[in-house]
Amino acid sequence: MTDPLLEVDDLHVRFSVAGGGLLGTGRRMLHAVNGIGFSLAKGECLSIVGESGCGKSTTALSVLGLQEPTEGTIRYRGQPLTGQGAPGRMQRAKAVQMVFQDPYASLNPRQSVRTSLAAPLRLHGITAASEIADRIEVMLASVGLTPEQAKRYPHEFSGGQRQRIGIARALILEPEIVVLDEPVSALDVSIRAQIINLLLDLQEKLGLGYLMISHDLSVVEHMSDRVLVMFFGQVVEEGGWRDIFERPAHPYTRRLIAAIPDPDAALNPGTKDHFADAPLPAGRSFAFDGSTAPDIFSAPPPSELVEIAPGHRMRLVPVV
Amino acid sequence: MRLGFNFWLGAGLTTLVILAGILAPWIAPFDPVLDADLMNSELPPDSTFWFGTDGQGRDVYTRILYGAQISLTVGIVSQVINSIIGVTLGMTAGYWGGWWDDLVNGFTNVMLAIPPLIFALAVMAVLGPGLPSLLIALGLTNWSWTCRIARSSTLSLKSLGYVQAAQTLGYGDLRIMFTQILPNMMGPILVMATLGMGSAVLSEAALSFLGLGIQPPFPSWGSMLTDARQLIQLAPWVAIFPGLAIFLSVLGFNLLGDGLRDSLDPHMRTRTP
Repeated sequence: MTDPLLEVDDLHVRFSVAGGGLLGTGRRMLHAVNGIGFSLAKGECLSIVGESGCGKSTTALSVLGLQEPTEGTIRYRGQPLTGQGAPGRMQRAKAVQMVFQDPYASLNPRQSVRTSLAAPLRLHGITAASEIADRIEVMLASVGLTPEQAKRYPHEFSGGQRQRIGIARALILEPEIVVLDEPVSALDVSIRAQIINLLLDLQEKLGLGYLMISHDLSVVEHMSDRVLVMFFGQVVEEGGWRDIFERPAHPYTRRLIAAIPDPDAALNPGTKDHFADAPLPAGRSFAFDGSTAPDIFSAPPPSELVEIAPGHRMRLVPVV
Repeated sequence: MRLGFNFWLGAGLTTLVILAGILAPWIAPFDPVLDADLMNSELPPDSTFWFGTDGQGRDVYTRILYGAQISLTVGIVSQVINSIIGVTLGMTAGYWGGWWDDLVNGFTNVMLAIPPLIFALAVMAVLGPGLPSLLIALGLTNWSWTCRIARSSTLSLKSLGYVQAAQTLGYGDLRIMFTQILPNMMGPILVMATLGMGSAVLSEAALSFLGLGIQPPFPSWGSMLTDARQLIQLAPWVAIFPGLAIFLSVLGFNLLGDGLRDSLDPHMRTRTP
């Protein structure tokens, strides 16, 4: 395997929040992300799944540079993206881009499609009108829109078309990494498949690395090469999509998988909720107690990711 | 673009006032100051003096045409100043947040706590009467609501996908504010500005009525009302016509503001063929 495009190592993000005390005395640290690490290779789709508030969006914002990490490093092709020696917005823009969840809020209603696509090119030093026009035409064609549609405004498009425009805008600067934040969850079910296939086609054609944030596990199953399961700012299980969907080991992952609506469940009851237990390494147990919500204002107890099969790791705590 | 009846009525009234102000030297039958003739004082409206004459025998119609210049200048210039101050403070406060936001909010709250006319009176007392100080006084006193609206619009727009997209595309803060945020909050800002023009015309009338605005013998609608005060029973037309002028121009500005708000909504924009 070639060098990874993106390496995230021991990422921590903490927010200072007001705790209700007088004159700011009640300030507490909210631990949003607690030591996430992963790498993303060219042409790979890595998905981060987990419930709302588990820190998956904060992780994505850190990769995009919209959220400064408290600790840890993010490297793009070996160069740091954060902290000392970090590139500015301009250089970062050519490395990482984002496709947003809500196609209705992600396009400026006062800019035509052409303006939305031409402005970033001009900003990045492409000034020849003919080159801008050519690149916009090529980009629109590759997301399935016609050049005539470029002069229209966002409200003249359907949700699926808007998401195509959003994808075109994310790709116009030719980034190598694209963060997909719930790319189809705001779309009508009937057009989700079109957008997913478009994303997969573009990934293959351009060799993009996708970092997908989602809680729609059927989309994750369809698109991902590898999956990170996050809970309370930590990775509780990671592995190839087969490991996660066919041999989930961690109880939290199993709950997530069991929550996927199964159209056949009513026909053959009792087949889905039994996964073969992998043997736990000696002296370890699951760091997961589903009965109480974790305390987000303190650091999680010590634990480590243990490899239980090649490329398949799970979070365990030592038994005392 | 479909524009409602209100917009056209407002635009019509505003255009009328603008034309009256601009064309006053050519269409006014008399001179607003020099053609005073005590022999003609307090004449009711007739074919020579369309709106009658005032206590010094000056043509009220002529003075209203010239007064439109003052009212328009005050209305437009003071609102331009207000909008620039309000948008600059509100947008940067909403976008950057932090101590700058706290500072701007505190300042806005102080300004909201002072009645604008009292503050304008204080500024006029320091600067002295006259048109320039009138513009400064009204331009500095009425920006707090614009600032509030600009700040809250910025806060809600900042979290939208297209502003985040602009950040990831490498736009600088100022470019984001001017290309992504400002165009999308122009609707409420313009409405505030046109509504503010109406209230600036009223404030000018009030300050001139109190003798702090335009100084006699030069005509402004407010100072004409002051002069008409003693004559209101003998020659009501001296008060009625300037009052009507104020009423119609304020109504025009307000209807224009409402109409603009409707037409600036991008969802009302029709497909280009």
